Amino acid sequence: MTGYIPGFDANLALDAILLVMLVVIVAAIAATHRMLSAVILMGLYSLVSAVWLVVMDAADVAFTEAVVGAGVSTIVLLGAILLTRGAAAKVSGRRRFLPAVLALGVGAILIYATLDLPDFGDPASPANAYVGRAYLEATGNDMGIPNVVTAVLSSYRGFDTLGETVVIFAAAIGVAIMLGFGERAMADRTIEPLAGGPADHHVVLRVAAKLLIPIIALYAFYVQFHGDLGPGGGFQAGVILAVAVILHALVFGLKDTMAAVKPKFARGVAALGVLLYAGIGVTCIVNGGGFLDYDHLFPRHIEAQIPDWILGPADPAHPHHWGQHFGIMAIELGVLFTVAATMVTIFYGFAGRSMEAPQPGAPRSGAA
Amino acid sequence: MSAVLTHFNYVAVIVLMMGGLYILLSTGNLVRRMIGLAIFQTSTGLFYISLGKVSGGTAAITLDAVSAEGQALAARAGAEQVARYGVEGVIYSNPLPHVLILTAIVVGVATLAVGLAIAVRLREAYGTIETDEIQALDRVLTAAGQVEPAP
Amino acid sequence: MITFEAFYAAPPALTAHAPALLVVGPLIGACVAALSPNSRWAWMISVGSTIFAVWMALCLAGEVARQGVVNYYMGGFAPPLGIAFRIDALGVMMALLVSSVSAAAALYSGHALDAEVRSSKHTLFQAGFLLCVAGLLGLVSTGDAFNAFVFLEVSSIGTYALIAAGERRDRRALPAAFNYLIMGTIGATFYVIGVGFLYAATGTLNMADIAARVVTLGDSRMVQAGFAFIVVGLGLKAAMFPLHGWLPGAYAHAPSLMNIFLSATATKAALYLMVRFLFGVFEPGSDFAYHFMAWVLGPLAGAAAVICSIQAAFEKEFRRVLAFSSVAQVGYILLGLSIGTTAAASAGFLHLLAHALMKATLFMAVGGVALHFRGRTLDDFAGAGRDAPWTMAAFATGAASLIGIPLTAGFLSKWRLIEASLAAGQIWMVVVIAISSLLALAYAGRMLEAIFFRTAAPGAERAKEAPLGVLVPLWILAGFCVWFGIDASLPESIAIAGAQALMGGRP
Repeated sequence: MTGYIPGFDANLALDAILLVMLVVIVAAIAATHRMLSAVILMGLYSLVSAVWLVVMDAADVAFTEAVVGAGVSTIVLLGAILLTRGAAAKVSGRRRFLPAVLALGVGAILIYATLDLPDFGDPASPANAYVGRAYLEATGNDMGIPNVVTAVLSSYRGFDTLGETVVIFAAAIGVAIMLGFGERAMADRTIEPLAGGPADHHVVLRVAAKLLIPIIALYAFYVQFHGDLGPGGGFQAGVILAVAVILHALVFGLKDTMAAVKPKFARGVAALGVLLYAGIGVTCIVNGGGFLDYDHLFPRHIEAQIPDWILGPADPAHPHHWGQHFGIMAIELGVLFTVAATMVTIFYGFAGRSMEAPQPGAPRSGAA
Repeated sequence: MSAVLTHFNYVAVIVLMMGGLYILLSTGNLVRRMIGLAIFQTSTGLFYISLGKVSGGTAAITLDAVSAEGQALAARAGAEQVARYGVEGVIYSNPLPHVLILTAIVVGVATLAVGLAIAVRLREAYGTIETDEIQALDRVLTAAGQVEPAP
Repeated sequence: MITFEAFYAAPPALTAHAPALLVVGPLIGACVAALSPNSRWAWMISVGSTIFAVWMALCLAGEVARQGVVNYYMGGFAPPLGIAFRIDALGVMMALLVSSVSAAAALYSGHALDAEVRSSKHTLFQAGFLLCVAGLLGLVSTGDAFNAFVFLEVSSIGTYALIAAGERRDRRALPAAFNYLIMGTIGATFYVIGVGFLYAATGTLNMADIAARVVTLGDSRMVQAGFAFIVVGLGLKAAMFPLHGWLPGAYAHAPSLMNIFLSATATKAALYLMVRFLFGVFEPGSDFAYHFMAWVLGPLAGAAAVICSIQAAFEKEFRRVLAFSSVAQVGYILLGLSIGTTAAASAGFLHLLAHALMKATLFMAVGGVALHFRGRTLDDFAGAGRDAPWTMAAFATGAASLIGIPLTAGFLSKWRLIEASLAAGQIWMVVVIAISSLLALAYAGRMLEAIFFRTAAPGAERAKEAPLGVLVPLWILAGFCVWFGIDASLPESIAIAGAQALMGGRP
């Protein structure tokens, strides 16, 4: 390309292709009656949208969509169709009519409204020129970390992220109230690994898993502590850590995993993560700042006594970056705890339930 | 033509949203409904991300403008654009929608997990996850004046 | 707010952080409850943190009375970069309402959980309840449009599962909770779409900042779409007629703790957020919002008040009658707001307070009796007045207030609504209120008739008096119903201050 055309750059073709792929996938989900196909297409949808997010420069979101959307969501959906078994009933024509009209109507309103939206990619649009730009300009001074998304996520809008962590914790509570922690699976001696069959047939799998699990866990911590510099952070790391536990359960059996990572322990860690996050906020209040104001994370007199060789010399222009660095690190750790423990709790809930689900075709007497 | 190009992203994302809404409303199967809901939620996120894309921009991780990557980006965007829209010599995409959608994705997976957990319990209590059958079962029981606790 | 001007509930150092602590208190309580060893501990933590929230709300009431508006910057970042809490007299009214109802519900929950939820899940249940409280308190305090979405979801996600936990007595709780989850999430997503359009138009998420910038945009399609999606989304969450389909099932089959708490607070918090958008962000002076209020909101509210009252009159089950009546009563509140004058808005808010109080009383009375009694229909409750006189007397107090009998809280709020609609020349609203009150007399009368004037069928299961731990919070609520009927100066001053804060000095 020779000239610069506003709203058009080299990635636009890729952008369009990926979006069309997404539309095709959604159409396929709407058309299929097989639940398994729908779930796998759903995973594909997440993966393709993760690629699209990279094209849109949203690296952190792409990472999250890949681990959460394609990873955890798919696992939970697979667990759910295993526990609920069966194909979706065919939808009759009449039943389709009203939803189609409604969706078309809402879509028409939305498209009508988009006519006034600024051009795609316009750097001067209000969305991009006002607060979004202000974050880019201020982060260096306020926090001194390169990843602006992390800065906004954990400091400027850290209160949102606290709420988000609480939502995850609430999901852990919700799933545990509904499905339990798989306590029955733990008590049951006859349970075999979810992977099925005697474990002897899976020597290769087990050896490979033994190698992989530590590497996955290590990678989780890399993602955790790299979040200031590049894409990554507590959410992504938490999910990856949980995946290590889930892989263990798939290969070695749920019972062994539950003995290693106890359901009660997972529940406790989920609560501790939120406590850590909120506790950091309250610490800032105690030391004279506002809630979650990391500049006041350390009391002034203690901060003055920290020797230079630990943190590097204080920058006289903005002397309180340490507080921001430590605050962000600490709350990301809280996020990691809650997310990892919640994902494990959710997995235990669904996986533990599979052992006590009623047989297909034999609904309970009361239902007849 | 240009209006089609400049608004293609928004329209495509809206089609995705409505696809999700249609799947959600047209089916009686509870798990399929959750799939439709998940598509509806995530594609709303894609709408936000579309709003935050800046032409010629890069991910909001600060770069040195004189580094090789910074130079390449500047060459692609053009000096005039960089001077007008760049921050310290580099154009970045808007980080705020990314942060918001990170939150929304996490909220989405939480909803999905809780919804599916309820669906699993429903299957155990009713023996089906089809809305029509559940309603029929409830109608029979309610008419008979008895209500049954779940197992 | 004259009442609270000289009111100092805590040292200034603590009061300064009351906005944050109001939300964080129950939040930390939830984590500790989840970690606590048994249900007794969890209950005490639940009661403690809700009372703490009441205390913080009272601190805020004093501050707001002195300063007018309390702003609190999270993380020390001023908006638009940071998230700000913005609490005015209306926000204080909601915070006081949510926290005090949650405290009453928490007191009540000690006995209720034993009867309704498996003991292994009590700690989790209390944790989920406290998260819901924290979410609603955040929702009424925040000044950031996206932060409001986060709190909407904090309060909802746990709620879905807690409602579904009613399955232990009635499996219909499961489909009801699932339906609520679907509708609630569609509502929240619509809200997010609306906020997205406002963000595209203004580039900011802070509500006050959006309001300042929307004015300069004129009739932008983005703003109109944002407005429409926010109103529909929050209308779903607030069970605004005709988007109320999820509510009766979800309330009627939930465990009684959630039943009491949600009926008094949840839909009203969503309504509050909608009102803040209608009046605070989109000026009612602008044509679009004004026409919407007069031609859409008002008629729908009137339809709700009549149609849902009729539905309530034909329901057989106690809690379903009360749940339908809730939708009808939300119609009254919206009627008041749709008139668009300060007097009418304050009448609407007064009714909001009165309705929260009486519904909490009614549901708590039904729940208290149902602890050891499996009856749920009107026939099952025949003769309950003789078997459980104290509980049912409280029920009668609430029902009288629901009908609007003089000397109860419900009478005065309806009277003020009628005054305001007459002053605005909206005669049809007076007719609607009169018809709806007659219908309320019919459905509340049916319930009272069953309780007090019928005798139980021989051999039928008999109701039992609720335990003392239930009677105490129940009679506190019922006492308020009567007190506010006799001397309404406190709720009225709160409602008027709220309406003035909302309307910003308009007539």
